[in-house]
Amino acid sequence: MKGYRRTTVKSNVEIATNIYEMKISYPYAFLGCPGQFYMLKGWKAMDPFLARPISIADVEENTLSFLYEVRGKGTYLMSKLREGDSLELLGPLGKGFDTNVKGNIAIVAGGIGIAPMIYLLKSLNSRVDFYCGFRDQAYYIDKIKEYAKDIFISTESGSLGHKGFITDIFKAEKYNVVFTCGPLPMMKKVWDLCKGKKVYMSMENRMACGFGACLGCSIQTKDGMKRVCKEGPVFSGEEVFFCD
Amino acid sequence: MIKTRVNICGVEFKNPVIAASGTFGFGREYSDFFPLSKLGGISTKGLTLEKREGNKGIRIYETTGGLLNSIGLQNPGIDGFIREELPYLEKQDTVIIANVGGSTIEEYVKAVERLNETSIHMIELNISCPNVKEGGMAFGIKAETAYEVVSQVKKVCKKPLIVKLSPNAENIVHMAESCVKAGADGLSLVNTFSGMAIDIRLRKPVFDNIIAGLSGPCIKPIALRMVYEVSKAVNVPIIGIGGIMNYEDALEFIMAGAWAVQVGSGNFINPYISLEIIEGIESFMLEEGIEGLDQIRGVV
Repeated sequence: MKGYRRTTVKSNVEIATNIYEMKISYPYAFLGCPGQFYMLKGWKAMDPFLARPISIADVEENTLSFLYEVRGKGTYLMSKLREGDSLELLGPLGKGFDTNVKGNIAIVAGGIGIAPMIYLLKSLNSRVDFYCGFRDQAYYIDKIKEYAKDIFISTESGSLGHKGFITDIFKAEKYNVVFTCGPLPMMKKVWDLCKGKKVYMSMENRMACGFGACLGCSIQTKDGMKRVCKEGPVFSGEEVFFCD
Repeated sequence: MIKTRVNICGVEFKNPVIAASGTFGFGREYSDFFPLSKLGGISTKGLTLEKREGNKGIRIYETTGGLLNSIGLQNPGIDGFIREELPYLEKQDTVIIANVGGSTIEEYVKAVERLNETSIHMIELNISCPNVKEGGMAFGIKAETAYEVVSQVKKVCKKPLIVKLSPNAENIVHMAESCVKAGADGLSLVNTFSGMAIDIRLRKPVFDNIIAGLSGPCIKPIALRMVYEVSKAVNVPIIGIGGIMNYEDALEFIMAGAWAVQVGSGNFINPYISLEIIEGIESFMLEEGIEGLDQIRGVV
């Protein structure tokens, strides 16, 4: 694998409060699978010291899209990048979603957990139901509508769709395969509703390297400690929620 | 013809750049980027007699110019290492340094005994991990306790024995002298500095263990000063460690008295960093007409 590659920003747009969609020129043959991520560094020198793990939102020819929320210093600096600015990235990294699945499939995303789900949605063999929950502002809805069979929306504020959590309206009994990404309590709830079904979940964690060396992102699983960056970020539900 | 080769305690390193323990796993992840044979050596992830899962909670936390870690010696144990990792490492044509941690003297001794019969080239005794209760660090603070563990290990150790010092030692020079007196064939310094971070929203320490280990370029000047002071005080080879990010940093450590250097946190932000440092050292030697590292070692 090549190390960090320097490339340029094509666009970087705030699509909802603190939520950005950044497109990056990436003229290489393999851009990555759904669920994989890149380490991104959009600043020079060494402050911040570490790059930021961001999952692939979409790929087009020679272009990578990332959807991210401004949470701290790194993502704040990233949000200030403009067309033509340079940034460094390493990837694609990690193990993505198994897209070779059959049956009744649903995608359940919470907040910025929607990021890896669009590329997944586009890559599945059939049109599937998409459930997405937001705190207040919804985003990426048009794009999802383009590829989903049905779309179900919730907002905690009630500004759009069901008022409450997405798991309130998720009809688990209709599906036998579920992909989920979002806050851990949401994914836990999805898992609880889906006992006995195939559940794939994308985890996140703080990581220093992103390629398996630092063990900073290790989590406890059914089969011992596993690295979110290497054995993940996609895990099966029973691997993560093995305790119950 | 320039020579970057260096012989430390009878072990030949093709160049003075070694991957630091805890930042390089057992090499596999980096072999996706370059052949490990390019490195002077690899110091393994800290090994303990029994397998350990490491610490819970947040394990990595970024800080200005570096990072705090609280991994807590997650490792497959000595037997797991010998079975799963060593056969792979053996094939890489680079020096293998087994980094050994422990909670009790008996544990250290047993671990070293197990490694005696393997193909590893050298042992680096980790008496300085801040992330394990009663583990390592306890031995790394007081020169007398360090003397005890090093001398017990030395009695059984059949490999060249390097002791990795903690910058948190009460007095780094006394610590170094004490380890040499106890039989250390060489020293490596420094391990991470004790540090902490607080989540102001939660009003709680970031780490479950409260204290974590600070590494990265922010520690370099202090690490360099310690290497300098220790190299003036002892007569064994020293491996310099602490925030090395480029060949200039590496050369500073060598001029302060280090025979070789270890690169740690830098690997995380640039997997090729060690190769760039090796090339940088070679070009510098060519430019400056330096034929061997002994010409600049400890010149300051």
